[in-house]
Amino acid sequence: MKKHILDLTVASAEHLREGYVLLKLTDVNPLPEMLPGQFAELKVEGSEVTFLRRPISINFVDKEKNEVWFLIHEVGDGTRKLGQLKQGDKLNVVLPLGNGFTLPVHVDEKVLLVGGGVGTAPLLYMGKVMSEMGCRPTFLLGGRTAGDLMQLEQFRQYGDVYLTTEDGSEGEKGYVTQHSILTATHFDRISTCGPKPMMMAVARYAKANEIDCEVSLENMMACGVGACLCCVENTNEGHVCVCKEGPVFNIKRLLWQI
Amino acid sequence: MADLSVKIGDLHLKNPVMTASGTFGYGLEFADFVNLEDIGGIIVKGTTLNPREGNPYPRMAETAQGMLNCVGLQNKGVDYFCEHIYPQIKDIRTNMIVNVSGSSREDYAECAARINELDKIPAIELNISCPNVKQGGMAFGVTTDGAASVVKAVREVYKKTLIVKLSPNVTDVAAIARSVEAEGADAVSLINTLMGMAIDIEKRRPVLSIATGGLSGPAVKPVALRMVWQVAKAVKIPVVGLGGIMNAQDAIEFLLAGASAIEIGTANFIDPAVTVKVAQGINDYLERHGCKSVSEIVGALEV
Repeated sequence: MKKHILDLTVASAEHLREGYVLLKLTDVNPLPEMLPGQFAELKVEGSEVTFLRRPISINFVDKEKNEVWFLIHEVGDGTRKLGQLKQGDKLNVVLPLGNGFTLPVHVDEKVLLVGGGVGTAPLLYMGKVMSEMGCRPTFLLGGRTAGDLMQLEQFRQYGDVYLTTEDGSEGEKGYVTQHSILTATHFDRISTCGPKPMMMAVARYAKANEIDCEVSLENMMACGVGACLCCVENTNEGHVCVCKEGPVFNIKRLLWQI
Repeated sequence: MADLSVKIGDLHLKNPVMTASGTFGYGLEFADFVNLEDIGGIIVKGTTLNPREGNPYPRMAETAQGMLNCVGLQNKGVDYFCEHIYPQIKDIRTNMIVNVSGSSREDYAECAARINELDKIPAIELNISCPNVKQGGMAFGVTTDGAASVVKAVREVYKKTLIVKLSPNVTDVAAIARSVEAEGADAVSLINTLMGMAIDIEKRRPVLSIATGGLSGPAVKPVALRMVWQVAKAVKIPVVGLGGIMNAQDAIEFLLAGASAIEIGTANFIDPAVTVKVAQGINDYLERHGCKSVSEIVGALEV
């Protein structure tokens, strides 16, 4: 897929909750094709301590409105500057980058999409694309508390949504891997994105139950296009770039101790 | 349009902008962003005789106006390069230059000899300055005898343009430059990264897997500029300047300090199309100052 450098315009910037901003970006020209699970490198302006672009997963693509969405979790000065963007501001982005999630081959494939925290973001676009293919995914979304679970109304448009929170304030109490849906339903594949301990627990569950499983990694990266070799993950073929060969990896390729 | 062409040894560059090794892949990674043929030269990822897995993750730390890396020369070796990568890049109509590294004089020479056989590779950049490998690399580049010995071994087997990439982690960079000039280097390029470090205060551990790494980006530019200026005065062979160049103004500073050409490295990560913008910006500067060719400003610094 051809990669582009684009100066996009902020159509809206909505604070979903403390520390989380949903940026909707648009352009006068049609946006390029993007796959669910791919990401963009966002340029940060006006930060004295941020030098590199910030890799952020594609949250959603609204073709009718010609918008691409990014859910920004403000964790440092770079992401805080991105979170301060206002409607009408310009943002330089490089996209689409990386490979994306595996799409179902048959409409009756049972796909479970497991997300934790801001890692739920790319699963929304995955849900939309699957829905357009005639599939109905199952979402299993987890957070520490109810407020961590965002965009639930949109997730419900595309599939069945199951929730866990560590404090029990929403959905079942506990971790995603403890949710009753896992024992109630057989899944053909699991795609997951979230904190590494969560993804490792999901991968462990999938391996034990012989379910095909892929994880979306977020190793620290610089270039985003496979040039600098900084973001490597150790795999059964040696070090490979997460930005180019990932960010989505089948767990069979990884050397995780699970 | 001013004449931007530059000659380095037997190399003819259509403009003085090249890409720094390890920051531009094999060029192909940036083909969506720029017309590769508009770049004076593309110096591809460091290549060694044998495959190298490089250092463990994490390999990168962002710093104020720069970044540290400790990639450690990850590459699939010269055989893989010749068989699988060369066919993909040989018809790109610019100078495709291979950065060659090694852990012994024999490794450097054998790798260079293999590259010498490739018709469409008109030059190599000899990396005697990588700070991220235990053996070889920078160990050769920090003494005049070490640097001279590697260049001598390679010069015997490598017949095309030989650029030697120098380390800034030395007391007297001009002395190193003179030592490689004496052994037949056609040009020197500098600076490679400055050795540095970053610490995670919560974990009380280094951020990078091998504790130290090489610093690049605008943070190193003043140091690089000073060294290029010193080396350009010390040697007769052309100097290729690099270190933190982000735009045409930075590039012109290096040209004025005595560099005949420049390399752009870390800036490719911030703007993947920066190379062609810098070439255009150099042209604009030359026209604004009534210069017919870029050679008029090389070393034109008035002190």
